[in-house]
Amino acid sequence: MRHRRNKLLLFALTIPVWLFIYLPVAWLIISSISTRAELLSTPIHWIPQNPTLKNYIDILTPGTATSEVAKTFTITVRNSLLVASSVTVISLLVGSLAAYALSRIRVRFRSGVLIGIMGTRMIPEVSLVIPLYIIAVKVGLYNTPSVLILTYLSFALPFAIWLLVSFFDTIPIELEDAARIDGASHLRTLFAVILPISLPGLVSTALFIFLTAWDEFFFALLFTSTVAAKTVPVAIAEFAGRYVVDVGGMMAGGVIAAIPPVLLSLLFSRYIVSGLTAGAVKG
Amino acid sequence: MSLSRRENLIGLLFILPAMIVILGVTLQPVVSTFYLSFFDASLSKLTENVFIGFENYLNLLGDKVFWVTIQRTIYFTLVSVGLELLLGLGIAQLIHSRPFGWRFLRISLIIPWAVPTIVNGTMWRWIYNADYGALNGLLYQLGLIDHYVAWLTQPRTAMNLVILADVWHSVPFIALILQAALATLPVELEEAAAVDGANAWQRFALIRLPMLRSAVLVALVIRTVEAFRVFDIIYVITNGGPAFGTTTISFLTYLETFSFGHVGRGAALSFLISLFTLVMAIIYIRFLYRPEERAL
Repeated sequence: MRHRRNKLLLFALTIPVWLFIYLPVAWLIISSISTRAELLSTPIHWIPQNPTLKNYIDILTPGTATSEVAKTFTITVRNSLLVASSVTVISLLVGSLAAYALSRIRVRFRSGVLIGIMGTRMIPEVSLVIPLYIIAVKVGLYNTPSVLILTYLSFALPFAIWLLVSFFDTIPIELEDAARIDGASHLRTLFAVILPISLPGLVSTALFIFLTAWDEFFFALLFTSTVAAKTVPVAIAEFAGRYVVDVGGMMAGGVIAAIPPVLLSLLFSRYIVSGLTAGAVKG
Repeated sequence: MSLSRRENLIGLLFILPAMIVILGVTLQPVVSTFYLSFFDASLSKLTENVFIGFENYLNLLGDKVFWVTIQRTIYFTLVSVGLELLLGLGIAQLIHSRPFGWRFLRISLIIPWAVPTIVNGTMWRWIYNADYGALNGLLYQLGLIDHYVAWLTQPRTAMNLVILADVWHSVPFIALILQAALATLPVELEEAAAVDGANAWQRFALIRLPMLRSAVLVALVIRTVEAFRVFDIIYVITNGGPAFGTTTISFLTYLETFSFGHVGRGAALSFLISLFTLVMAIIYIRFLYRPEERAL
């Protein structure tokens, strides 16, 4: 009896947590399928009487869109995908080379290099942005996806190295010695032995980098000016224009921008928890 | 060439590409920013910088705006990270007690964490809307307010509401880290303490909490550093307003550099942010880190 009451009490305690998590999300989704008239009604329409996909159709089919931001939304999605996946691939490649050397080959100053890498993670984006901006303008990279890919490496690469070193360190050295005795070079050992074994670590690292790059706003805001390079976060911030606010489009855009990271995180949830405990950045 | 020298050379070759990237996109910019902070530099005439020594720093330190902004940033950091830690610990403990639906609750925590910051900000801004927002709608229908309130026109209220949005996004992060740590703790000590007559609260405060220290440390360092530099969510919800009421140090740096064009002053500010960050990290590590435990 007492046990039963405890169970019930515990469940009651979870109710505020459920509401805290889902109420804002529910309102985001409801707003995205509401008509403009219903969004701007008082008293508030909690359940839309005429649910509509018009907001989504508007931003996904540029031909019919009414506002400027809505017209270009799909292009910004493409930019975001390009930037986030390029950053992920480059960081994994360059990062696993460095992490392998730091973890396996006896390099002098190993701990110095590792502390230095940790240190770069303490540097705020604002401390990098002015010189990067000046250089980007000078060499003609301003407002290109390339400038975002390059500047995102400033947080993605140290992060990749840090995480991969901790994963590589857990692989038993014997596995590798066998390959080395058979005459495999370091490079071959890395690609044929180490990387396949550390697949979970690679997935976790890739996931965090992709999510962080997809999320990034500050560099994207400062280094882009047109749809040639603008990413989704910048587009969403622009829905709230100076004079007109297209709330429906803004909410639909928000849902679309949230779908890739939320789906990926849910799918790979066990990697997320292991990555977080290994000291992942995205807070 | 001896084997170990050869090994060392190969090692360096493996590290070289990463070094070049880090030098180019991190070290060089940091050093130039530091260098620029000693110049009277502006965005419009970057070639005619005038060396002025420590003047940018002295100006900042003598400026009331700077100190008010620092205070505001500390308020944001303390309140949001404090709330996040308390709620995160509570939720982690709750999930650890295995209530009905705990698995689904744990996985649900990932959602607020995964929603992009800008989407999070946009969503809350719409919830806080003065004329049509859900917050007003809800409070009005519950009879808690008798007229719609323009929440974001009051500096202090606006700051607290930005904090709420930040808490929504970051509590799951701390809860997930602490929950994972709780799951790995040995139960023997607590069982022994229970046999010896320790009550639930004593077992939690005196045994479980100290064992969680390194997980708490990781969460605190990451979140404090992030909260101190908060920018995105403020840009979207309040744009630093009303009346600079939510202008934190990063936002001030952004305004100085890109709105007012005071590049030298902005550079000095951003250097101060790095310094604060470093000091905070060291303080935490000194107080919370015990060498015999490996950080998670």
